[in-house]
Amino acid sequence: MTNDLSRRGFLARAGAGVGAAWLSAHWPALLAASEHARKAAQSAAPAKLEFFSADQAQEIDAITARIIPTDDMPGAREVGAVYFIDRALFTFASDDQSAYREGLPQLQARVQEIFPGVQKFSAATPEQQDEILHSFDQNTQTGRRAFRPGAGGNFFETLRVHTIIAFLIDPDSDSGGNRDAVGWKVIGRDRAHMFQPPFGYYDKDYPGWKSAAHDAEKAKT
Amino acid sequence: MRPEQPKYKTSEEVDFVIIGSGAAGGILAKELSTNGFRVVVLEQGPYLTEADFTHDEVKVLNQDLLTNHPKLQPTSFRKTPDEKAKPQRALVYGRLVGGTSVHFTANFWRFHEIDFVERTKVGPIPGANFADWPITYADLEPYYTKVEWEIGVSGLAGASPFDPPRSKPYPMPPLPVKSSGVLFERAAQKLGWHPFPAPMAILSQPHLGRSACIHCGFCLAFGCEVGAKSSSLATAVRMAERTGRCEIRPNSYVHRIEMDGNGRATGAVYFDEKRNIQLQKAKAVVVCANGAETPRLLLLSANKQFPNGLANSSGIVGKHLMLNSGTTSMGVFEHPLNDYKGFAVSRVFHDFYELDAQKVGFYGGGGLDARFDLTPVGFATGGLPPGTPGWGKGFKDTLRHNFTRTMQIYCHGTSLPVENNSFSLDPDLKDAWGLPALRMTYKDHPDDLKLGNWMNARASELLDAAGAQKKWSSPAQEQQFAVHLLGTCRMGNDPKTSVINRDHRTHDVKNLFLCDGSSLVTSGRGQPTMTIEALAFRAADRITDLARRAEI
Repeated sequence: MTNDLSRRGFLARAGAGVGAAWLSAHWPALLAASEHARKAAQSAAPAKLEFFSADQAQEIDAITARIIPTDDMPGAREVGAVYFIDRALFTFASDDQSAYREGLPQLQARVQEIFPGVQKFSAATPEQQDEILHSFDQNTQTGRRAFRPGAGGNFFETLRVHTIIAFLIDPDSDSGGNRDAVGWKVIGRDRAHMFQPPFGYYDKDYPGWKSAAHDAEKAKT
Repeated sequence: MRPEQPKYKTSEEVDFVIIGSGAAGGILAKELSTNGFRVVVLEQGPYLTEADFTHDEVKVLNQDLLTNHPKLQPTSFRKTPDEKAKPQRALVYGRLVGGTSVHFTANFWRFHEIDFVERTKVGPIPGANFADWPITYADLEPYYTKVEWEIGVSGLAGASPFDPPRSKPYPMPPLPVKSSGVLFERAAQKLGWHPFPAPMAILSQPHLGRSACIHCGFCLAFGCEVGAKSSSLATAVRMAERTGRCEIRPNSYVHRIEMDGNGRATGAVYFDEKRNIQLQKAKAVVVCANGAETPRLLLLSANKQFPNGLANSSGIVGKHLMLNSGTTSMGVFEHPLNDYKGFAVSRVFHDFYELDAQKVGFYGGGGLDARFDLTPVGFATGGLPPGTPGWGKGFKDTLRHNFTRTMQIYCHGTSLPVENNSFSLDPDLKDAWGLPALRMTYKDHPDDLKLGNWMNARASELLDAAGAQKKWSSPAQEQQFAVHLLGTCRMGNDPKTSVINRDHRTHDVKNLFLCDGSSLVTSGRGQPTMTIEALAFRAADRITDLARRAEI
């Protein structure tokens, strides 16, 4: 299946209007991937990797842990994001294999360049890791930013979005990503799919609809 | 349960073959079969039902469970006709029985009286082929009422002082208010505007054997698992099947309207599920394939007698595409709104439906509403304020704080009919069946962009009045992606400047009718589906009348 995650999808989403509304809901997905991640995370045995080598997986895992770090609440590592991505690269995100293939050696080169004494990304301190990642993503803002192309940029942006998906996918989808709805707990989204009012703070004391007494003509521009 | 359907042979000449089963096609199928005609509906997508629907974002959004697939049906885009179009995903529509009505947000306001006569009132606008409709709001009013009662719309009659006259109240009360709706309503009233409960094609109470909304929060892009969203699938298609005279034939991809030597349509040629070519014979053909696929089908049906495409003596088939202008502003509040719960919109206002061009300096108008239509991943990648880090602690902290506290204001507005804005056949790109792909050409009229920014400024004022702690707006940008597909085979009295007449009959082919978003002459102010459905009810009355008088 196609993967629209990519740069073009992002740019199109920044497009405008109704199209933007549609596309902002239209992120790259992964189902089999999240099932794999769920099993991997639940399994006591070492998880089986299909795309990444063990060494590569260690690097990817370390990066995802900086993208959504663990603090008083779980982060990307706790949902097994690396396993999710590993599987995704053979399923919904197969078009992104080359971004990872080319990105990983670039990462290694960047580590050596910035911190010559450090063997690899996962061996660096969190502060060093952030500095390395910032060198890949100099435009480190979200929202409706334009993607900034450049060496390694595609790799990091792809990995960033894959990590977000691993964290926030519907936990009740067939494959079960977002294990135990951990990601949704972090952002405050109730796991249920059926709600009744009041929905939030501002509608709980709503007295009922009453027409405004204004003169309609007065308000016309 | 799906009722038993008749199975017509392709060689059997049925009364009508309808191409497309969406907002318009479903209603035409229901009405024509109810009126005693034998009808075959050819739908290119599959026949899914509520049991097939899911909140699985991968299947629905990424793998196009319900929509046109970019690999099977690639499209191209360019801004102006002198450019070579580049392959790019240019549009989305529902590709299944029920069409786009299955996955839409279901906002259902009626067009106002002004929408039908605006050219006369406003005068010509440079750069646009602005025209009046050949019908008025009064012609359509009974059919808007039919949509509300027979298809199912929740709302409150008389709640907006700007509403056009209506013959009957809504069949059921509005959906409950959301936190965003309360903030929106209080702020708008403070500013002297007139918010009202949003009319929605979602049931607030059980209606005609269907259940009410359970507020799951997955409307935009998803199918409704409980049938509370009033899609054609949940309503008109089932009613058509119950007549015993209508066959819904899914996985049937029509690519040519068959013509005889006398300029009459004789049926529709399509690929079946196994990609075998079939011809369904019919006495008349009704195309309801949407504002992109309907003109494409006419262009694909070019022959010796119609070298520029069927029903295209005017040369405007596919032209005057309108997408509706749309801009958004967002605000973050002190307490959780939990706007992810429930349907998208509970409050809207129309104070700026008809702006005075002399005062604001551009043509246009529209409505504003409070709507939340982002999935969690969509929110994390597109819903945070500018300046938020894209990753790391700052990203996570903002996401944690904002997800439940964010409100989005959506500004819906006019698009002007610009001749160059169009769907046409790409000369190089082909779809998976070997047919020329859709090429979209679009560059917003400058007034449409000005309107988007003007309305966004009002949205910003509203967020201030509502007490937002932080707010931001996304400026209007030129559109490159189409959801509303309007105006491409427009209705009119003059065969030189329109494709269909006021009965939806093509000017050039007596037994060929078109009805869908392509029929619209102006764009309204967004929310086109309600009007497409009212047109379909009216078209069915007109076509029935003509058929009974043997004038087809």
